[in-house]
Amino acid sequence: MKMKDLIIAAVSGLMIWQAPCEAQMLINGAGATFPYPLYSKWFDEYAKIDPSVRFNYQSIGSGGGQEQILSQTVDFGASDGPMSDENLAKAPGKLLHIPTVAGAVVVTYNLTGAPSLKLDGALLAEIFLGKVTRWNDAKIAALNPGIKLPRTDVIVVHRADGSGTSYIFTDFLSDVSKEWKKGVGRNTSVKWPTGLGAKGNEGVAGQVKQLPGAIGYVELAYAHQNKLPVAEIKNASGNFIRPSLESVTEALASAKVPEDFRFSMVNPPGAKAYPIAGATWLLVYQEQKNPAKGKKLVEFLNWAFSKGEAMAAALDYAPLPAELQARIAEEIKSIKY
Amino acid sequence: MNAVAEKLPLARARRFARGALADRLFKGLAWLMAVSVFVLILLIGYELAHGSNLALRKFGWHFLISSDWDPVNEQFGALPFIFGTLVSSLVALLIAVPLSIATAVFLTEIAPNWVRQILTTFIELLAAVPSVILGLWGIFVMVPWLRENLFPWLRQWLGFLPLFRGPIYGVSLLAGGIIIAVMILPIITSVSREILRSVPGLQREAAYALGATRWEVTRIAVLSYAKKGLFGAMILGLGRALGETMAVLMVIGNRPQIVASLFAPGATLATAVANEFTEATTDIYLNALFEIGLVLLGVTVLVNGLAQLLLKAVAGPANAQQ
Repeated sequence: MKMKDLIIAAVSGLMIWQAPCEAQMLINGAGATFPYPLYSKWFDEYAKIDPSVRFNYQSIGSGGGQEQILSQTVDFGASDGPMSDENLAKAPGKLLHIPTVAGAVVVTYNLTGAPSLKLDGALLAEIFLGKVTRWNDAKIAALNPGIKLPRTDVIVVHRADGSGTSYIFTDFLSDVSKEWKKGVGRNTSVKWPTGLGAKGNEGVAGQVKQLPGAIGYVELAYAHQNKLPVAEIKNASGNFIRPSLESVTEALASAKVPEDFRFSMVNPPGAKAYPIAGATWLLVYQEQKNPAKGKKLVEFLNWAFSKGEAMAAALDYAPLPAELQARIAEEIKSIKY
Repeated sequence: MNAVAEKLPLARARRFARGALADRLFKGLAWLMAVSVFVLILLIGYELAHGSNLALRKFGWHFLISSDWDPVNEQFGALPFIFGTLVSSLVALLIAVPLSIATAVFLTEIAPNWVRQILTTFIELLAAVPSVILGLWGIFVMVPWLRENLFPWLRQWLGFLPLFRGPIYGVSLLAGGIIIAVMILPIITSVSREILRSVPGLQREAAYALGATRWEVTRIAVLSYAKKGLFGAMILGLGRALGETMAVLMVIGNRPQIVASLFAPGATLATAVANEFTEATTDIYLNALFEIGLVLLGVTVLVNGLAQLLLKAVAGPANAQQ
């Protein structure tokens, strides 16, 4: 009799202890580091709206994000570049690309007096190919009349770690220069023809700040927060555009986005579009295996595009234009659970 | 085990039997622990080989002799990384070993007690500084100083050597080597100090009795006696040097290339993995990075083996007892 009482007490005790754990569902995601600040803000805010679900996002990098969603160890993945056809073919089900926000890559430099430079794609490619090696090169001077350029070496600084920032930058250079496309190409990390490699935005910015005559590229958000000198870049319609959230949203608006949302938005035709920009994606299976999780995930995505997008600008991400958001809402409806 | 056995109320004969059993158990356990280290290394090797399967088959030996590291065209070769690893570790050893041994000699032979205690604490503190912090210090303090002071000076006075030519960026193989030296200094010093302390006092007294000066005592009676142990300390430091990652990554310039100048940027095996692993999206790329890990393991084993051989040749059988 006594034993029985004990067992009953133990079991009911366990049930009480287990109840809150069971109620909160955990949805796991992993991938890109670039949108991590925004995503963690989203998950934080969303926890207040729907306390029954908790999102756990690990910013392990786009490569890890793609791999983990392919092996289905996470409920959603995230990537700074669209998946390749080769990788997509490995997916056990149809994998949707859902763009969330866009970022831009800006060119920063270290010249005495920090003059406002104007550069175009062809010239940038030549600088990063190691062909333009002096600041007073005629090609730089031609775009920047009135600025006194020193006769010092151009020191190229690039990202050493694989990153979405490098992807966007090399995507742009591949788009504007045949030689770059053939000799180097686009990727999260490439075989750089010249220059020093530094880790992270802070590494590149640090090197550029220290070395007179250095030129490098960093994320718009980072340059903005640290007030770095940035170059105006000539876009596809021939205007020199200063990088800003507005000019990136312009770029998004004029970029051609295909049905599957795997798009590149460098060098879009818009007159006010900043040309070196790219989106970041969530990767979600169209057929959700776990109905309860699938439902919660879709609810979250709907919230992200109705309320979450508005939080992007404060964190220096460019929100998607309304028309694209509407298309994504349709795509989210196609998720089955 | 024995203590437990003794507390039990047992006949004396059975207690002996228990003792023997405990002995055997202890022996077995000790064996198991020792073997597990070996098994661990084998498992790491196996996992790395397994993970790099694709790259091993595609590139074969070419991986070790190719200088091409091109993720876009999926051509991978580890040679510049091997070069950077060996050169930066060598530079580190050249700087750290004399400094460490001199420090250890000072601590055991010369320093008064209170200085010894303070200094030892500081050396241990240096060992406790995290790699990333050293890297930050490297970027913001060491590299600018090297670029503006030491490197121009080296180029001016030793510029006739190809080692000290070319443009100065600050971040370089030499900077990488110097930061590794800072990191391995404490471990070599601590181990060397223990080795020197274990030199019997009789050894010194005998030398003094023969009329040797302090320097002669240190050189003949202490250093020569402890040669093998000091070499071991160096190998321990070398092991650390080959695998150092974060701090090196921040100051070495991350450019996989083979050049004569120490002022030029370089890259090491460990930095390549740390830099590129997170964003490697294709299978062959990931496999190549795994193979880099395998090569690093191989280089470490090989260098350690060579060092052991060298030790045998240098120390000779006479010093084998140390």
